[in-house]
Amino acid sequence: MARAKPALEHARSTVGIRWITTVGKFARRKPLGAMGAVIVGAMLVMAVFAERIAPYGYDDSIRGARMKAPSAAHWLGTDNLSRDMWSRIVYGARVSISVGFLTVTLAVLAATAVGVSSAYFGGAWDLIVQRVVDAWLSFPYLIIILSVMAVLGPGLLNVVLSLALLLAATNSRVIRGATLTAMQQTYVEAARAMGCGHARIIVRHLLPNVTATIIILATIGLGAVILAESALSFLGFGVPPPHPSWGGMLSGSGRTYMLRAPWMAIWPGAAISLAVFGFNMLGDALRDVLDPRLRGS
Amino acid sequence: MLKRYVAKRLLVAIPSLLIASLIVFTLPRLIPGDAVQLMLSEKAYARDLAELRAKLGLDRPLYVQYVDWLGHVARGDLGESLWTRRPVLEEIGQRLPVTLTLAAFALTFALVIALPVGVLSAARQDTPADFVARSAAILGLSVPGFWLATLLIVLPAIWWGWRPVSEFVEFQADPAGYLRQMLLPALILGIAASAALMRLTRGMLLEVLRQDYVRTAWAKGLAERAIVLKHGLRNAIIPVVTLLGTQLPQIIGGTVVIETVFGLPGMSRFLFDAINQRDYPVIQGVNLLVVSTVVLVNLAVDALYAVLDPRIRY
Repeated sequence: MARAKPALEHARSTVGIRWITTVGKFARRKPLGAMGAVIVGAMLVMAVFAERIAPYGYDDSIRGARMKAPSAAHWLGTDNLSRDMWSRIVYGARVSISVGFLTVTLAVLAATAVGVSSAYFGGAWDLIVQRVVDAWLSFPYLIIILSVMAVLGPGLLNVVLSLALLLAATNSRVIRGATLTAMQQTYVEAARAMGCGHARIIVRHLLPNVTATIIILATIGLGAVILAESALSFLGFGVPPPHPSWGGMLSGSGRTYMLRAPWMAIWPGAAISLAVFGFNMLGDALRDVLDPRLRGS
Repeated sequence: MLKRYVAKRLLVAIPSLLIASLIVFTLPRLIPGDAVQLMLSEKAYARDLAELRAKLGLDRPLYVQYVDWLGHVARGDLGESLWTRRPVLEEIGQRLPVTLTLAAFALTFALVIALPVGVLSAARQDTPADFVARSAAILGLSVPGFWLATLLIVLPAIWWGWRPVSEFVEFQADPAGYLRQMLLPALILGIAASAALMRLTRGMLLEVLRQDYVRTAWAKGLAERAIVLKHGLRNAIIPVVTLLGTQLPQIIGGTVVIETVFGLPGMSRFLFDAINQRDYPVIQGVNLLVVSTVVLVNLAVDALYAVLDPRIRY
């Protein structure tokens, strides 16, 4: 036991050093990607520790502070209901991150199930699924999401469901393509010749080989989902007030008072852009690193 | 051969269009509460509600309504708006030019920005110009159109006291004014589309510029301009044209927000209002028209490949 403990600590420190080296190498090779990772990390911290970071609650009305310009007391100013803009932006990160991660998780799970099964089983199943996906993809995304949101009604969970439905259709097409490529490899043929069942071939041989595609789709999808959520909230179909959604903050009072208190319209949009920029940068860098076909380009 | 290919593609498109029509028909009917409840006051008698439903044909089973609607669509009749009682096709016809002008301008802006920047970025790979172009493209993809629109209204108003005209100018009244009011909204839509196009142009051109025939062209002593534009861009353009086709639904989707922000009476805003009013025939009509256009544009894009690349034969 006495010997095992230092060995374990040594192994831990080796893993730690290796991890730091990998991160350092990634940052050197992809400085824009590293910048994206820092933005995404900051957003995650804001979302998780919103109560500690925000000086006020998201719906706290501060006496005598109606539409105050940015100052030392209120970094980003206050809105028409005397609420601190910085606090609302911090809490808004929670909405964007929750919608982003929940939607992408749901969409990726559904897209993987549909894409992999469609490619693997082929035949009538593939034909029917692909025609439905074709039809779904012919709709302009905002129009179909608005129609789905009109059916489901506003609310965080409904935003997640409608966005996931759309993202799953797009992603399933890409995952199907990646699975078809993986199926051409000889190791799949070998697995089949050895008598492996469908489940084993899919789980052990196909899924690990489409994981890189799935990670890239998820990271790039996060930015798109945050952007789509903000557009939905802007149109009044997103997360209902008083919950602070960045898109929602830009519509309604944000636009009504934009000439008298421009900070009400400027900061939420800047937050959306920065967040999406971060996810896009990180997604791009991950694609370059994880997709061997794009390596060196 | 091209004719046969187009006919085959049209046949393949029919099932997709039928599924799309089913989605288009079913979705608005799943919206809680129906148009009749909205049209009559909350205190309306149940008998009045039932009477109006029967008059509008909304009391029949869904599949009967669907088949009936599909039959009318096949004859070019998209029905009547439940609110204005005017033919949907006529209502769309009034608003379509606004959305089409907006989309055409946006596509033009997208191409005018994307192609030169993408070519420059690829020809000067890993230089500061490339770095700036790539970062700008990602920024263009990240900035929401409605925020950009807000900034372009707020900042000039604060700095120079300049405000865009808020009243819509009809084409017949002032053609120049009509086109001028489209420029800013179209530019905002075009910026987002140009970002994706620029990235693809750069990526494809980089791949082509590594080919042996390009090295041969360099060895022959051709000018860089001829190598990049004639040998490079022509071979890299096909995926860019494909993306241009897929950008159309994105641009039409984007018009929903932009028409709302700028108060343009286009088709997307009409659809947005129809969704809020549960005006089924309008929602179905506009959606079906948009989907059919997208399918046809994609078909046209496929047919265009043969023109752009003589090696492609259908």
